Amino acid sequence: MSPNLLALLPEIILTVGGVLIMVAEPCLTPGGSRKPLGWLAILATLAAGAASIFQLGFTKSAAIFAFYGTIQVDPFSIFFHLLIAAIVLCSLLGSLDYFEGATNHAGEYFALVLFGAVGMMFMTSATELLMVFVGLEISSISTYIMAGFRKGQATSAESAIKYFLLGSFATAFFLYGIALAFGATGSTSIHAIAAGLAGTSTPTLAIAALTLIIIGLGFKVSAAPFHVWTPDVYQGAPAPVVGLMSTAPKAAAFAVLLRITYSAFGSMEARWTILLWILAALSMTVGNLGALLQTNVKRMLAYSSIANAGYLLVAFTASADRGIAAAAFYTATYAAMNVGAFAVITQVGGFNESTRTLADYTGLALRRPVLGALLSFFLLSMIGIPFTGGFFGKFYVFTATIHSGNVWLAVVGLLNSGVACFYYLRLIAALYTRRETAETSPVTSISFPAGLGLAATALATLMLGVLPGQILHLAGRASWSITSPSAARIGAAAETASR
Amino acid sequence: MVPISYYLILAAVLFSIGVLSFLLKRNVVTVFMSIELMLNAVNLTFVAFAHRWQAVSPQAVSGQIFVFFVMVVAAAEAAVGLAIIISIFRTRQTLNIDQINLMKN
Repeated sequence: MSPNLLALLPEIILTVGGVLIMVAEPCLTPGGSRKPLGWLAILATLAAGAASIFQLGFTKSAAIFAFYGTIQVDPFSIFFHLLIAAIVLCSLLGSLDYFEGATNHAGEYFALVLFGAVGMMFMTSATELLMVFVGLEISSISTYIMAGFRKGQATSAESAIKYFLLGSFATAFFLYGIALAFGATGSTSIHAIAAGLAGTSTPTLAIAALTLIIIGLGFKVSAAPFHVWTPDVYQGAPAPVVGLMSTAPKAAAFAVLLRITYSAFGSMEARWTILLWILAALSMTVGNLGALLQTNVKRMLAYSSIANAGYLLVAFTASADRGIAAAAFYTATYAAMNVGAFAVITQVGGFNESTRTLADYTGLALRRPVLGALLSFFLLSMIGIPFTGGFFGKFYVFTATIHSGNVWLAVVGLLNSGVACFYYLRLIAALYTRRETAETSPVTSISFPAGLGLAATALATLMLGVLPGQILHLAGRASWSITSPSAARIGAAAETASR
Repeated sequence: MVPISYYLILAAVLFSIGVLSFLLKRNVVTVFMSIELMLNAVNLTFVAFAHRWQAVSPQAVSGQIFVFFVMVVAAAEAAVGLAIIISIFRTRQTLNIDQINLMKN
């Protein structure tokens, strides 16, 4: 197999799946069931995940370089490919019934999910900022549309317009950063930028470039102070879409941020560490304090995701070898518990999302014990209780930063975790409180695919907390493929050879 | 010949005008146009730098190629953005940002 084909195998499979769905969608009867298209999307995602595992076998000694060195498939990109495929799989399982009968052309949703995943995967394996930009836009444009997918609902349209405007605004900053990096080094390749910056002494242009890139990606991962869009967008968008867009695009954006900071701007580590230190402390504090004030559950989880972006940014202040592995592991745990929590919210609220506030959730666990127990489990993992993924995620991030001497940031993080206990426990307490008024809403049973998705996320959260060895090993390999001194040299060599 | 700094300053000014009008303008369409202005300021920066670096290495033409990608993506973004603007106008009968605030507590 040619290296170009091998390197893009998961993306090709997903694209073909998405195109097939788009072609099949108008051929089906209007208003008919779109579940077959959903299963097709699930099949394509499974195949893409299998393709990523297949690629892993080729990256034992060196990464796969394709398309003139612009695509680099290494354990780092494969880690995030597998993570994105898993998130998409669980989201698809959870949303198979969500749009059923509620909206026309639900098939487009499944295609958009696949196209978005293609963009995110491109972001993680691209070593050329042009490819990163194109991937970022493929994923963003797909998610803008998905956020507004409850057509006719004013809140959904409002969520889409806010996501769109702020997302495009952020992209412009990211692009300006790339333009200045190009001005500083004469190239937009991550390896060439690293080589170009290694010799310079006062890279004023490079500092401006890096700041603008961090602002742009800060918007995408909703780090404070670039988080203003998050609560409104998450509150208005359909619940299964929020589960997807609060995890997968963020994982991809964090992967890009890891590659750009540690690889392209590795020589300026001291400078960007300070910047990300501030962003991390701000995000944790703003996210957790903001969540305290919320009564809408989706809005509360939006603030919680801002706080989680903060915990993740803590990993960036650690040394490369520990920091990258801790960040990769934390994205995996965050994805498992967040996708799970939103899958429960999808099941509880249904398409109309009638169950919104803390008051609506009161007594839920008594009426629907399984859903209540699962939501409590995911919330406990977000607190960081031992034997859940959230515990190990926080543990590795904070130990990594303490090893680099950032004790104060770890203290801020731990204080924040204490504050976070309050609003998570408040929701859990509400779930198990008997409600005064009689319950009238009908209890619908959980469909098989949705149950499968819930079970998968719950199992993943548990496994990451009890037996994290396998994922940690993979995260370690991912980190090594960026930090090993040979990686950059081989990358630069492959690029010049291919020209 | 016009020195490169002129182009860069012009681009920086255009970008700043874009940022300011994004923050200050109240009509969704105008806000959207200010994003386009920011993107075009970036394009100008790319072309200016590409011209400068081409004296050093012919590979710097990639800066000009980047501009084409930005334009194509901006067009795709405009298609989706205008569709979302239409859907917001259908549900709310307004395009004023201050009145699109159903979700403030």
